[in-house]
Amino acid sequence: MQPDISVKHLNKVYADGFQALKDINLDITRGEIFALLGPNGAGKTTLISIICGIVNKSSGEVKAAGHDIVKEYRKARETIGLVPQELNTDSFETVWNAVSFSRGLFGKPANPAHIEKVLKDLSLWDKRNNRIMALSGGMKRRVMIAKALSHEPRILFLDEPTAGVDVELRRDMWEMVRKLREDGVTIILTTHYIEEAEEMADRIGVIRQGEIILVEDKDRLMSKLGKKELRLQLQQPLSKVPGELVLEPVELSDDGYELIYTFDSQQEQAGVARLLRTLGDIGIEYRDLRTRESSLEEIFVGLVHE
Amino acid sequence: MNYYGIRAIYRFEMARMGRTLMQSVASPVISTCLYFVVFGSAIGSRMGDIDNISYGAYIIPGLVMLSLLMQSISNASFGIYMPKFSGTIYEVLSAPVSYVEVVIGYVGAAATKSVILGLIILATARLFVDYDVLHPFWMFSFLVLTSVTFSLFGFIIGIWADGFEKLQIVPMMIVTPLVFLGGTFYSIDMLPEVWQTISLFNPVVYLISGFRWAFYGVADVHVGISAGMTLMFLTACMVTIWWIFRTGYRLRS
Ligand SMILES: Nc1ncnc2c1ncn2[C@@H]1O[C@H](COP(=O)(O)OP(=O)(O)OP(=O)(O)O)[C@@H](O)[C@H]1O
Ligand SMILES: [Mg+2]
Repeated sequence: MQPDISVKHLNKVYADGFQALKDINLDITRGEIFALLGPNGAGKTTLISIICGIVNKSSGEVKAAGHDIVKEYRKARETIGLVPQELNTDSFETVWNAVSFSRGLFGKPANPAHIEKVLKDLSLWDKRNNRIMALSGGMKRRVMIAKALSHEPRILFLDEPTAGVDVELRRDMWEMVRKLREDGVTIILTTHYIEEAEEMADRIGVIRQGEIILVEDKDRLMSKLGKKELRLQLQQPLSKVPGELVLEPVELSDDGYELIYTFDSQQEQAGVARLLRTLGDIGIEYRDLRTRESSLEEIFVGLVHE
Repeated sequence: MNYYGIRAIYRFEMARMGRTLMQSVASPVISTCLYFVVFGSAIGSRMGDIDNISYGAYIIPGLVMLSLLMQSISNASFGIYMPKFSGTIYEVLSAPVSYVEVVIGYVGAAATKSVILGLIILATARLFVDYDVLHPFWMFSFLVLTSVTFSLFGFIIGIWADGFEKLQIVPMMIVTPLVFLGGTFYSIDMLPEVWQTISLFNPVVYLISGFRWAFYGVADVHVGISAGMTLMFLTACMVTIWWIFRTGYRLRS
């Protein structure tokens, strides 16, 4: 299937000579949720801005919904909705007018029923006649989302949609993004909250200093790079790791009550079974055991600092 | 053509101007009234006729031009500067609109407002002096042409400006002197020879002269030249805007 977004050999050098993107190649599949992760200044916003037509590319080729973003910019842009990172809104407009304006700008005839639905979905309906400056920050961000959805885009970019948003609203947004995906919208989001990517994304791309260093299915990424931890709560404290286990990746907690075994999730069975057998053999009893997968956050920090 | 897009921008701009009705209509009308009181009635009553036209009537075309130029520039420059300043420009840049459509939306709205304002000022002037319009069609054409041209010019300034001072500086430092020295209050025949020649380099002389011709049939320079010069300036503005959008100057990094 043709990708919804296709980026080939994309480079961006800003006017001051700074190269913000280096030979980016990326395909985004129709209907997926793609999370773009990377530290500050990695080039996430630059990449999104080029795809959306806000920043000029230096070289390379970008297509949205099969249309070249320069040669067929109308067709390409019609398909895209963008929620930018910065909260930029027309303070003096009412919510309703601002959202209707966006729809018109993207070449769609007025459709009050659709605007009403979008505003209701985003819990903005009560505020439709308020001026935007009279809204809270979180509401303003929802207005920006409403503007992006006003013209029924099939591709939605969310550049740090949940920065500075409270926990409840963040949950609501995740919910909304999932619903959109069910409707067939392709979603590309950037975030600094790793749990967000973990919670929502189908695939994850990591960008560092203008280069994509990894693109992977989230689940595969987690299992490929993820470490698991087995923690055993002991009946009796130990003073040191028993001699039989010194060759294994085993540590003892400070209070001596816990044995911590770290292993690659792929080889889990063999290692865990062997460990437990050995413990039985040498007569160490445990009350409880639990395993924990390392989070995407740890994977991410590991990658970015490599 | 993305007509819905043009309409959205146009309506948005008209709504913005509606919100600032006080500044945008009241202040030019008030300042024009002041000019009429001071120059038309008080001083004008002691002035002889120029080209057989009473002084009060003589200054009307120039005063309308003064407001038209200032308002066209400030409306259009503000219209595009504000989204640039607040960051909302991202939406226009990411929308499926061509630059011609963007310009039609923004400049069209600014020019519309200038034309309306010009007509309001003309109606106000009627309260102070009796005047006739000899060539109403050409009067209106000059009104529209000037509004469009200087709204385009204002649009360019709005894109060029990277601060509020720059936004003000061109209307204040360049346009005002040009209008005052452009024959609003006198016929350039009244100037010493040297200054007459220098005046011919002032584009506003042609605007006011042509506009005055449409009113009274008298002009400092031939009306054809006036129209030609205005069209030339219009073309220069359009070429500049084409270049701005082609290169992304101050809009797309
Ligand atoms: N207009 C510009 N001119 C010059 N350099 C720029 C410009 N815009 C961005 N940059 C630089 O390009 C790099 C990438 O910026 P970008 O905004 O894409 O990062 P980001 O990944 O979105 O970061 P963040 O997580 O902080 O939003 C940064 O080093 C930034 O300083
Ligand atoms: Mg960013």
